[in-house]
Amino acid sequence: MDRAGRPNQLFRNLNAKIASIPMVLTAVVIFTGATLWTVVYSFTNSRLLPRLEFVGFDQYERLWSSSRWIVSIQNIMIYGTLSLTFSLVIGFVLAAFLDQKVRFENTFRTIFLYPFALSFIVTGLVWQWILNPEFGIQSVVRSWGWENFVFDPLYNQSLVLYGLLIAGLWQGTGLVMCLMLAGLRGIDEEIWKASRVDGIPVWKTYLFIIIPMMRPVFITTLVLIASGIVRLYDLVVAQTSGGPGIASEVPAKYVYDSLFLRQNLAQGFAGSTMMLLTVLIVLIPWAYLEFGGKKRD
Amino acid sequence: MTDTALDIRASAGSQARAEALTGPNGPKPRPIISPRNIMIYGTLFVVSVYYLLPLYVMIMTSVKGMPEIRMGNIFSPPLEITFQPWVKAWAEACTGLNCEGLSRGFWNSVRITIPSVIVSIAIASVNGYALANWRFKGANIFFTILIFGAFVPYQVMLYPIVILLREAGLYGSLTGLVIVHTIFGMPILTLLFRNYFSSLPEELFKAARVDGAGFWGIYFKIMLPMSLPIFVVAMILQITGIWNDFLFGVVYTRPENYPMTVQLNNIVNSVQGVKEYNVNMAATVLTGLVPLIVYFVSGKLFVRGIAAGAVKG
Repeated sequence: MDRAGRPNQLFRNLNAKIASIPMVLTAVVIFTGATLWTVVYSFTNSRLLPRLEFVGFDQYERLWSSSRWIVSIQNIMIYGTLSLTFSLVIGFVLAAFLDQKVRFENTFRTIFLYPFALSFIVTGLVWQWILNPEFGIQSVVRSWGWENFVFDPLYNQSLVLYGLLIAGLWQGTGLVMCLMLAGLRGIDEEIWKASRVDGIPVWKTYLFIIIPMMRPVFITTLVLIASGIVRLYDLVVAQTSGGPGIASEVPAKYVYDSLFLRQNLAQGFAGSTMMLLTVLIVLIPWAYLEFGGKKRD
Repeated sequence: MTDTALDIRASAGSQARAEALTGPNGPKPRPIISPRNIMIYGTLFVVSVYYLLPLYVMIMTSVKGMPEIRMGNIFSPPLEITFQPWVKAWAEACTGLNCEGLSRGFWNSVRITIPSVIVSIAIASVNGYALANWRFKGANIFFTILIFGAFVPYQVMLYPIVILLREAGLYGSLTGLVIVHTIFGMPILTLLFRNYFSSLPEELFKAARVDGAGFWGIYFKIMLPMSLPIFVVAMILQITGIWNDFLFGVVYTRPENYPMTVQLNNIVNSVQGVKEYNVNMAATVLTGLVPLIVYFVSGKLFVRGIAAGAVKG
């Protein structure tokens, strides 16, 4: 096409290159540069201001001996496992139900998905109110006659995570359902006909035929939920502020507090580097599965 | 008595014969009330109640007076409807020493969201177009980094961006926050536009090139008019995303520029003063109102937006 004159490789397709400058800057300066910067400074003893005085793995040792960080990690593991399991199961079951040619499908879908349009702050505050022991569910059930009914997850150290989970699932399951529904609609009708002819029960068809066929959808959803869980921050801030005590602290909050409230920069950098590491552990196998097999693209 | 019974049987018989003559049409009809349907609709109904409950409680609480809240139960409808909490939440609620209500946060959010949406979509659409139709060497490397960057926890990049913005003299300003939103909106939007432009027939692009149209000519005269739906999807995605943002707002702006979500959290979770739950709920509804309106108005496009956002190309 452009074999006639070739002045300079650099000026070929110049407009496209100019249009890509923001992307290149973002990719190089922010996503690569800023990430590396944080990793490097996590090995220093920066406190109020970043300083390049290397102290080896000291910050990480301090991090892993801090009870607040340990609690944060335990919390995110428990919350993450439960949230992942429940949102996948509930999301899939709801999608399977909606896929049965039910009436008012659009109405149901609208209802299940609307919380996803709301921010975590709004979600956290609403559930804080509903779970308020003085006025919320607990007091309502007590007024029905069960005087000793206790349901105050947000004020109980061992239950607070489940309080967060109720709110988190309320906000996020609609999305999972939507993705699953799209996946189910992508399954060929013939599969269903074949399994019906063979007399396979519906639940078996789902479990052994449909779900394995929907593997890509499940993996995408999994990666999506997982990367959201690692970032969990707003919901905790709004609903519990990390309390009672430190019972609902999460890593993202630990990092934020170290960076902007406790003037302990390097601790924050070390914490965020650990978060990055977690994401890589999830992401690399996924990228390998997704893109490793095929050579193209 | 036997006559009528016979009658019924006879009529039933004739009906069956008529059906047998015409043959079965369509799938086997299912009875409306069957165990299967009861289970499906029952479950969907129960789950719907769980999903709608918070919205209901939020609105009901926000139109009750405080005495009624203290006396009654949060699920009961108000005996007396009052809009005082809404007025108070909008114009008088306090965060610290400032008592201007949520209105300031609302206008800040408007001033953050509008430029962020426009700038991020403008940049990402041109970028996606370049990636789809004007590939150059190395473009895919940067694009891959961009997509992977979308998964890096924001916490990792928070502080270096603070330094960059401070060096540029933008730390704390609305402009700085707009830049941050543009940066973090870029992976998903670029992906969205790249995939959309790649799906358009290539002949169009080739024909325009033969006719002598250049990079910008094709973009403005052909691509842009053809892709209005995807621009709407991108707008929905960005408006709800940016309006709901909390972390960037709290990190990159000064208190007088705080977006609505940050101010809402400060109002509700402030420790001083008597808790006014009705005002808090009114403030919460007000903050959720913009994305909810966007959601209910946009309908299917919203679903398309999140599906496009979720399913990677």
